[in-house]
Amino acid sequence: MIVRISGEDQYRLDDSAAARLNELENAVAAIVDGGSEDGFSDAYAALLDFVRSQGQTVGDEEIESSDVILPPSDLTFAEAGREFTGEGLIPD
Amino acid sequence: MAGLTGRMSTVVKAKVSKLLDRAEDPAETLDYSYQKQVEQLQNVKKGIADVVTAKKRLQMQEATLKQSVVKLDTQARQALSSGNEELARTALERKNVAQTELQGLDTQVSELEEQQQKLTDSEQKLRAKIEAFRTKKEVIKAQYSAAEAQVRISEAATGVGEQMADVGLAMQRAVDKTENMKARADAVSELEAAGTFDDITALGSGEDDIDRQLKSLSSQSAVDDDLSKMKAELGQGAPAAAGEIAAPSGASSGGDGAGAGDGQPAEGGQ
Repeated sequence: MIVRISGEDQYRLDDSAAARLNELENAVAAIVDGGSEDGFSDAYAALLDFVRSQGQTVGDEEIESSDVILPPSDLTFAEAGREFTGEGLIPD
Repeated sequence: MAGLTGRMSTVVKAKVSKLLDRAEDPAETLDYSYQKQVEQLQNVKKGIADVVTAKKRLQMQEATLKQSVVKLDTQARQALSSGNEELARTALERKNVAQTELQGLDTQVSELEEQQQKLTDSEQKLRAKIEAFRTKKEVIKAQYSAAEAQVRISEAATGVGEQMADVGLAMQRAVDKTENMKARADAVSELEAAGTFDDITALGSGEDDIDRQLKSLSSQSAVDDDLSKMKAELGQGAPAAAGEIAAPSGASSGGDGAGAGDGQPAEGGQ
């Protein structure tokens, strides 16, 4: 599975990492749903760190599309909320 | 995957496929896609240039403000040693405003530095992908049947398209951050235009409009601290004031120490 961290790199992760990735993402989602910013940046950093530490960087000369694209590391709490409500980071 | 990742992935894929739908014949898709990639690379270069320009503007303002801080400090000292405490205070108020603006600019310059680095990295990645795409496109054209080529082109173009979308997002974020910074740069320009950091000795004895505005902008406790420090250095302070200056750490951020020192300059001034 290939995961992109927007603004950084693409990482190749073992398929077995998907479960943990899901857990970490759900943790972020729960915080965003809760509406309180407490713990958001730590939880999001944990998700990205997991990808960076478990994945192998896809070389610049390799052309692959990602299975999952994660928003950039400087994602704010407000932006995360917009991602969920469908406004999104990327304008049409 | 839902939520964050799902949304982002869906949007990027939709953007990329919209791009690819434009052309039907494989060779055309290749060329169209490549042309778009090269355009995007030019855009990134322009984006980097914009960030650099914004950064330079802030750096120039920083240099001017730094000079003003030194000049106003010197002038405050001169005013104080010639017994004009009022003028010294005015100079220190202006210095205080300049220092506050300087700190803000410093943070923003580092942020722009970071954006510039990010965009430069993105540009290099995109350039490498485009180069790989260019090579691949020639191989595809030479070796594959039309049907097979269509699949391979779609794969390659999608991969590069994703990189392009990613660079696009990085640029948009850089532009947003640069826009936000313009407000402070403009504020500093306005202060400069109003003569805030001009030669203090050109002032008359009376308090002008700028002074009244600056008083509200500058931190009076910091100005009081500066003034009593300066008095002590010039040997004008009362003995009690010297004692306070020996332990300035408490007064620097909290307002408590400064309040206690308020009476000192007025009483021990001459």
